[in-house]
Amino acid sequence: MAEAVESPGDPGTTTPRPLMRDLKAVGKKFMHVLYPRKSNTLLRDWDLWGPLILCVTLALMLQRGSVDSEKDGGPQFAEVFVIVWFGAVTITLNSKLLGGNISFFQSLCVLGYCILPLTMALLVCRLVLLAEPGPINFMVRLFVVIIMFAWSIVASTAFLADSQPPNRKALAVYPVFLFYFVISWMILTFTPQ
Amino acid sequence: MATVDDLQFEEFGDTTTSLAANPDATTISIEDPGETPKHKPGPPRGLGREEDDELLGNDDSDKTELLAGQKKSSPFWTFEYYQTFFDVDTHQVFDRIKGSLLPIPGKNFVRLYIRSNPDLYGPFWICATLVFAVAISGNLSNFLIHLGEKTYHYVPEFRKGSGTETSKTSSPDRVRQTDTPAGSEPSGCPKYRDSGIATCVFSPSVSIAATIIYAYAWLVPLALWGFLVWRNSKVMNIVSYSFLEIVCVYGYSLFIYIPTAILWIIPQKAVRWVLVMIALGVSGSVLAMTFWPAVREDNRRIALATIVTIVLLHMLLSVGCLVRSHSNALLVCFRCHAKTSNC
Repeated sequence: MAEAVESPGDPGTTTPRPLMRDLKAVGKKFMHVLYPRKSNTLLRDWDLWGPLILCVTLALMLQRGSVDSEKDGGPQFAEVFVIVWFGAVTITLNSKLLGGNISFFQSLCVLGYCILPLTMALLVCRLVLLAEPGPINFMVRLFVVIIMFAWSIVASTAFLADSQPPNRKALAVYPVFLFYFVISWMILTFTPQ
Repeated sequence: MATVDDLQFEEFGDTTTSLAANPDATTISIEDPGETPKHKPGPPRGLGREEDDELLGNDDSDKTELLAGQKKSSPFWTFEYYQTFFDVDTHQVFDRIKGSLLPIPGKNFVRLYIRSNPDLYGPFWICATLVFAVAISGNLSNFLIHLGEKTYHYVPEFRKGSGTETSKTSSPDRVRQTDTPAGSEPSGCPKYRDSGIATCVFSPSVSIAATIIYAYAWLVPLALWGFLVWRNSKVMNIVSYSFLEIVCVYGYSLFIYIPTAILWIIPQKAVRWVLVMIALGVSGSVLAMTFWPAVREDNRRIALATIVTIVLLHMLLSVGCLVRSHSNALLVCFRCHAKTSNC
C-alpha cells in the first residue's frame, strides 16, 4: 500500500510498521472526509484499511440476527460487502474508461472513505430505532440519511471530480451518486427485528 | 502545392451528391440515400453529414466522425480498446437520452445521435439505474399498500427470492410467546417458528431484476444483429448496423422505463397501465423507427414480423419486470393472517 513511507534508517530491517501510525493515518483521512477540502491527502497516501473498517462495520450492523437470517429479506454480511466493493470497483473502472487520470486504488480509497458519513447515519438510525416506532421516527431517520448521503456525495466529488476531463465530470459523478443512493436505501430501510 | 480543391473533403461532397442523385445505388454504408444530405459549403465537414450537426451544435462530433475510421485500432486485450466505447461527453449522453424520449418520425436514432460512435456508458448505467429503480419501487409500493395495516414491519428485499414482508401485531409479547403449529401454514407462506411472525414471500430481488434486464440488453441485440446479418447476406440492405450500435439503441430505449418504474408506486391500476402503454409506445417506436430502414428492403412479411417481434419482446420485458416486482401475494398474505392467531 502506498502509505507515506518514512525512509527506514536501516534498509535491511524487518520491523513492522507501528500500528499507531497506521491508525493515525486512517484517522487523518477520516477527518479529511468529514471536512472535505481540496486536498490531496486522500489521493496521495491512499490506503484501503479505512474502507475495510467502514465496510465491515456497515455489513455487521446491517445484517440480521442469525435466527431470522434464512427467511429475512435484509442483506447479509457478504451481500453488503459485495455491493460495496463491487460497486466501488465498477465506478473506478467507469471513471478510468471515461479517461480519468486517477489510479485504481486511489479511487477505491476515496469511495471507501466517503462511506464514513453513511456509516455514521446508520449508527444514528440504530439509536433512533430504539425509541418508539412511528412516522416521526421514520422522518428523523430519513432526514439524517439524506444529510449524510449529500455529505458523502460532496466529499467524494471533491476528491474525484478533478481527475476527470471537464466535459465528462457529470458522467463520472453519476455512478457515485447511484452507489451512495443504494447504500443509503439499505440504511434507511434497515429495521432490526 | 495542395489547394483546397485537392482536400479529400471535396471528394466526400461529390460522393454524397452523387448518392443523392442516384438513390438506388447499392452501397454498403450506413448512409441512407433516401435522406437528402445537406452540407454547408465553406468549412469542410467530415463525411458530408446532414444538418443535424447544427441541430446538435457540437463541433466534437465532426472530429469524432473523422476519427471514426481510425478508432478501435487497439487490440481487444488492451485497456484503450475498451476506452473507445466510453468516448462520449456529458452533452452527447444527454442528447442521446433526449432522442430516446422523443421519437421523431423519420429520424433514425442511430443516424442522428450515435453516428458511428456507439458507447457502452449509456446502456450500462441506464440498465443499472433501471434495476435499482424497479427493485426500489417494488419495495415501496408493497410497503405503501400495507402501510395502513396493523404495525407494518418493512423489510427490504435483497436476497434472491427471499423478499419478505412481516406484519406484526400491535402486541409484541403475544408474538413472541405463541408458536404457530406447522400444519396451519398455507403454501408459499413460511412462518417464523420462533417469533411467530407471519411472512409472505414474494417479489424478485435486485439480483434477479439485474439478471433479466442485463440479459435483455445484451442478448436481444445479439439475436437481432445476427438476424440482420443473416438477412443481409440474402437481401442487400442499404442500411446495416453494427452490434454495438444495436446495443446502444436498446440501452437508451430503456431509459423511459426508469421514470415509469418510479411512477409505478402509485397504486392505481389504471394509472399503472397507462404509464406502461406510454413507455412502451415511446421506446417501441424508437426501436421500430431505428430498425425499419434496416429491414424494409426485405420481404414485406419478414420485415413486419421483425418489427413486431422487437416491440413484443420489449413489451414482455416491461410488463414482466414491473408486474412481477410489484405483485404482492395479497391473497396468500390474507390467508396467512386469517389462519394464525398471531396476525
